[in-house]
Amino acid sequence: MELLNQTGISQKAFDELLQNVHKIGEEVIRPNATDVDAKARFPLEAINAIKAMKLMGAYIPTELGGMGLNISQLALICESLGQYCGSTAMIFAMHQIQVACAVNHGSSNEHFRNYLKKVASDQRLLASATTEMGIGGDLRQSICAVEVVGEKFTLTKNAPVISYGLQADDLFITSRRAPESSANDQVHVVVSKQDYDLEPTMSWDTMGFRGTCSEGFVVKSKGHIKQIIPAPFADILSQSMHPTSHILWGSLWLGIATDAVNMARAFVRDMMKKNPNAPQTAALRLAEVHSVLQLMRENVHGCANHYEQLLKENNVELLDTFSFSVKINNLKIASSSLIIDIVSRSLLICGIAGYRNDSKYSLSRHLRDAYGASLMVNNDRIMNHNATLLHMHRGD
Amino acid sequence: MVVEKVREILLKTGRLSVPVEQLADDSDLYIVGLTSLATVGLMLALEEEFDIEIPDAMLGRKTFASIGSIVEVVQRLNR
Repeated sequence: MELLNQTGISQKAFDELLQNVHKIGEEVIRPNATDVDAKARFPLEAINAIKAMKLMGAYIPTELGGMGLNISQLALICESLGQYCGSTAMIFAMHQIQVACAVNHGSSNEHFRNYLKKVASDQRLLASATTEMGIGGDLRQSICAVEVVGEKFTLTKNAPVISYGLQADDLFITSRRAPESSANDQVHVVVSKQDYDLEPTMSWDTMGFRGTCSEGFVVKSKGHIKQIIPAPFADILSQSMHPTSHILWGSLWLGIATDAVNMARAFVRDMMKKNPNAPQTAALRLAEVHSVLQLMRENVHGCANHYEQLLKENNVELLDTFSFSVKINNLKIASSSLIIDIVSRSLLICGIAGYRNDSKYSLSRHLRDAYGASLMVNNDRIMNHNATLLHMHRGD
Repeated sequence: MVVEKVREILLKTGRLSVPVEQLADDSDLYIVGLTSLATVGLMLALEEEFDIEIPDAMLGRKTFASIGSIVEVVQRLNR
């Protein structure tokens, strides 16, 4: 780990930034969310508005031209974006996960410092090719391998899912270190658009997160060996990709859940205005779901703050412990389950108005997005992993 | 010798793709197939053999990364 500026920006500057995120949320992101969802199209307007705020470089240290936010601040941005469009927030989060890998594991390296400067100044969009056909979702195994000749390499990967692959400027690809390497001797390689071809293999027509355009491709790429992140992928995963993914995903799911509860609240208020003598059932349900939302929020914020603290201390030993992995896995399992619970409860409150696609209280997109959370990196796989790791846990 | 005992335990519990005697003390055990489930068996056998309890702070990927790193932890706890 090579930490640069992880201290974040001042509370005042951050509050202002967050207000502006809500502003583009209201003015640009929400007005396009229904169309993005209906057509399963890339949220171009939203991403352009995010780029105009220079947020692609939010986690890049200021000395490299970024904003220098810390992980908790970044998580709050994901949470805010999630309130307007789940797909936009997901794309933003996935981009930032790749940024975090490069910042945490490449910032002392000349090539990656220059690369991060370019990401910040050009507001490049980074995508990731981790899963592989023939392996499934296990990130710690690869079939494809980097083939090096002199200082150049080629790499071909059959990736069943590359979210916004066609819209991205750069791809972060996991692969075996060399053709003779074992499946888990992996590296993380960064290639730019002019150096790869994407041959489409699978479309993306799903229930939710439709705007992420997570299509399948065979990637054929080439580059210079300095584009291989120097740290082993095992370290990048445990210290950066795993915690950052679940914290940022949990945050945007929290945003979706928050918007659902906000709608339920508005619905109950509307109902009270129309008929003050109506039974208080919906209000009671609102009180219930509000407490579940608080549970979810405190868990997500708590984990983000814990990770922020470990990064600040550069506490690589603790980041590498099984108990930290278990904690991050627990965050994923809890937040992906709670989002379904919260959106479902909100739907009961809004009733048929929530069930409709054409009402201002429609929760159709929220509910469909919510179900994706437990399936992307399947909860059963994560729980099996924790079942093993807990044998090596002394207790809390 | 701790290192010989560790090698013996690794042979029984590691389920590695390569014979333990072919491994150097600094060979990466994950690359030769040490899984998290096998790590559980390895940890339990080490604790039993050396009468130690590996604390949470040391229970991580790096501890079991090589024969050398295991020996180091055992020696530290055995003092």
